[in-house]
Amino acid sequence: MVPLSYYLILSGVLFSIGVVGVLISRNAIVIFMAIEVMLNAVSLTLVAFSQQTGSPAGQVFVFLVMTIAAAEAAVGLAIIIVIFRSRESVNVDEVNLMKW
Amino acid sequence: MGTIFFFVLAGVSVISAILIVAQRNPVASALFLIVTLCSQAMLYLLLGASFLAVIQIIVYAGAIMVLFLFVIMLLNLRKDEFGPDKKRVQRILALALGAVWLIQVIAITKLSLSNKGLGQVTPLSALETGNVQAIGKSLFTEYLYPFEITSILLLVAILGSIVLAKKKI
Repeated sequence: MVPLSYYLILSGVLFSIGVVGVLISRNAIVIFMAIEVMLNAVSLTLVAFSQQTGSPAGQVFVFLVMTIAAAEAAVGLAIIIVIFRSRESVNVDEVNLMKW
Repeated sequence: MGTIFFFVLAGVSVISAILIVAQRNPVASALFLIVTLCSQAMLYLLLGASFLAVIQIIVYAGAIMVLFLFVIMLLNLRKDEFGPDKKRVQRILALALGAVWLIQVIAITKLSLSNKGLGQVTPLSALETGNVQAIGKSLFTEYLYPFEITSILLLVAILGSIVLAKKKI
């Protein structure tokens, strides 16, 4: 069987790719996709620990995380559409109204 | 056998996650996100969480990705808006920060696992927790309130996205 640490390191790698994706890309949709990658990495950790401890609590949390990801995607993409309507672009550098 | 599967799936998910960020075409990067999500579903199967694997494909790779693709095709964006940042300083800084983050995560994992002495994922616990019955029981008894609150969250998300996307209410 695969050791637990392999799963944790894999999810750490995926989370880091998500962090770099959020920092590196300027497009709001790609930033959203990187956030989804980060959420999935954390879900993998939860499932691995759930199997390790033998309790279904971690899998319940992953279920809730998926619900939140769905809600976040719906509201976030609606915000992106609104930004696109007013600015004709989804580049996050151009969304600077609240920037000090 | 399980280890070989794990390394194949891990490789696929990491490479496609890198390609999500590196791609210039947004539709291609959405499709690579689907590849990542499906390989994660396979990893859940490898861990014995069959219910979550199915839910991952139905909800994530199905519903959420359709939403993403709809928005990408609806917006009709310019070509130059995609791909990594043109500024070299920001790109290098982001990669450096990501590398520092990764080293920290791996170091903490190594430290905490060597202290606690957590062993391998046993097939017995996989059989016990992976089935739908155990998750359903836990979801409707112990975690009933969080479950109900997520329904309110979804309702608020529906209302919020309608209010945001509609021009005149």
